[in-house]
Amino acid sequence: MRLWHRLTGDMTTRGQVALAMFAALLLAAPAFIGSYPLSILILVVYFAYIGQAWNVMMGFAGQLSLGHALYLGLGGYTAAALAFHFGVSPWIGMIAGVLVAMLAGGIVGFLGFRFSLAGVYFALLTIAFAEFTRILFDHFKWVGGSAGLFLKVSGDPGLWHLRGGPVMFYYVILAMAALALVACRLMLTSRLGYHWLAIREDPEAAQASGVDVFRGKMIAVLISSGMAAVGGVWAAFYYKNLFPETAFAMGRSIEVILAPIIGGLGTLIGPFIGAAVLVSLGDVFTIAAEKIGEIFGVKTAGLKQIFYGLALLAIVAFRRDGVWPWLARKLGFVHSDPYLPPPAGKGR
Amino acid sequence: MLTDIVQATIMGLLTGMVYGLMALGLSVIFGVMRVVNFAHGEMMVVGMYLAWLLFERAGIDPLLAVPLVAAALFAAGYGLQRGLINPFINVAEHMQFMLLLALSIIIVNLCLLIAGPDTHGVQVDYMFDSYALGPFTFDAVRVYAALAAMAIAFLLYLFFTRTRIGKSIRAAADNHTGALVVGLDVPRLYALTFGVGAACVGAAGALMILVVQAQPFLAIDYTLLAFVIVIVGGLGSMPGALAGGLLIGVSESLAGLLIQPSLKSVFSFGLLILVLLLRPQGLFTRRG
Repeated sequence: MRLWHRLTGDMTTRGQVALAMFAALLLAAPAFIGSYPLSILILVVYFAYIGQAWNVMMGFAGQLSLGHALYLGLGGYTAAALAFHFGVSPWIGMIAGVLVAMLAGGIVGFLGFRFSLAGVYFALLTIAFAEFTRILFDHFKWVGGSAGLFLKVSGDPGLWHLRGGPVMFYYVILAMAALALVACRLMLTSRLGYHWLAIREDPEAAQASGVDVFRGKMIAVLISSGMAAVGGVWAAFYYKNLFPETAFAMGRSIEVILAPIIGGLGTLIGPFIGAAVLVSLGDVFTIAAEKIGEIFGVKTAGLKQIFYGLALLAIVAFRRDGVWPWLARKLGFVHSDPYLPPPAGKGR
Repeated sequence: MLTDIVQATIMGLLTGMVYGLMALGLSVIFGVMRVVNFAHGEMMVVGMYLAWLLFERAGIDPLLAVPLVAAALFAAGYGLQRGLINPFINVAEHMQFMLLLALSIIIVNLCLLIAGPDTHGVQVDYMFDSYALGPFTFDAVRVYAALAAMAIAFLLYLFFTRTRIGKSIRAAADNHTGALVVGLDVPRLYALTFGVGAACVGAAGALMILVVQAQPFLAIDYTLLAFVIVIVGGLGSMPGALAGGLLIGVSESLAGLLIQPSLKSVFSFGLLILVLLLRPQGLFTRRG
């Protein structure tokens, strides 16, 4: 019963029923929808999962990372290279990938936190490490350099080699996202989680009241980078190719952070809502741009992204705390007193 | 070999001066408002396209187009700050990042939509001219661009030290509350600052089109480059931005000569990491 309470927290009965129905819908979805909607759904769950990984660091512990592509890329490259060269199963490779990414995260975190870099400076450090690694991998011939690494398409299908159709990949990423959701919930309601929130809200006050700030931040970056690496392995085997220019790109780091921020930073359902909003907006805008191009007979390269940028601008301007906290209250899914306060402004 | 190294250093210094002007814009905006302009490279590319457009359509030399481009970007920057960015001055950094990210997505893709994905350069008649000094040659375009960049940086220095508005901006940067108490119109000063920062980077873009062809996706590279330069020089410091520009210009140029061109940014990012860890206040500033 205590565990149940920790898992449900401030959710109303209505909220719990809605969540259960939503989970059932996601589980049954592949039986009802075609391959195109399924590919969209896969993207939503994937972005929700990697967003959740980033959320641990920024949403819980308040450390802004703009270089999470580093951990996704290292995880993906490690598992893919092991599979490519030695035929190692991605699940074994995943362990190696997670360790490599955690090592990188540990280095970035240790250096950043030891030298007390905060805010923009820490964010720039994370970007610098990701970019540095991107250029190094361009010249790393063992994994194909800038020409990329391609995984074999043929071979024994099956879960053990992560080779199969979209339905298999869907259930794998869905399981990962569900596990991450439960794990994050348990972490947040543990001693560690409260330490994170204290560090996020006011590191000096946290330190003064006996919280080991450095340790808390280190655990956050290690967990976050490890979780991101798992997502990177999944993505590498789903897309079956890796290029430094995309695996470690600044653009990929941005993709990671969009869903949790749009959905609601520090909330657990936020990354799912944010991912759903962003992926469906992207799809609608692709179609809209195509139609406009047909009707007016003009080239529309870039038009989709302009719509996307405008939508992002509108969400940032009007729903600064994200869509989910507002939506959850409107629908009566949480008790009126929100469990997690929105992160405070930086003040001056 | 030594001649090559000196030659590459000179080339790097000349490009570095334009980099310095670009970074100056970022540094001014951060120094006054504590807002990191993540759309900085995008503004640079807009400056490049405007200069290209003026050259193609009206035959205006990019060197003469600098005041026009700077004025256009000043107006855009002023308007953006007034209408969009001002409510975000005091919110958390990641929200500022999201706002400027949205802006940068819109700007890059407007460039793509209007000008297409192909590169566009200008062909001025002095394109292949050069000056010789002993064994060394100086490309005329680089020399002119560098001199113009230095002249603009000097004008900016005069603006901030000699004019009433410039001094007011510095006052608002030093002490926000104090500036309000003595009756300065801080929101207007902020808008002016963003305009000045945008004008700097726009001017740098107009000069850069002499050496580099414009392309929408250069924007992200310039944004990152400007970050590296201002951090290395000291975020918020004007002389630091210029010195950082020179340093990065030379390091890129030497890395291109001695190792290989595709590895040149490794040194910039490596330098950024070292500076962030060992001297986060920047190499060329005194206070911590």
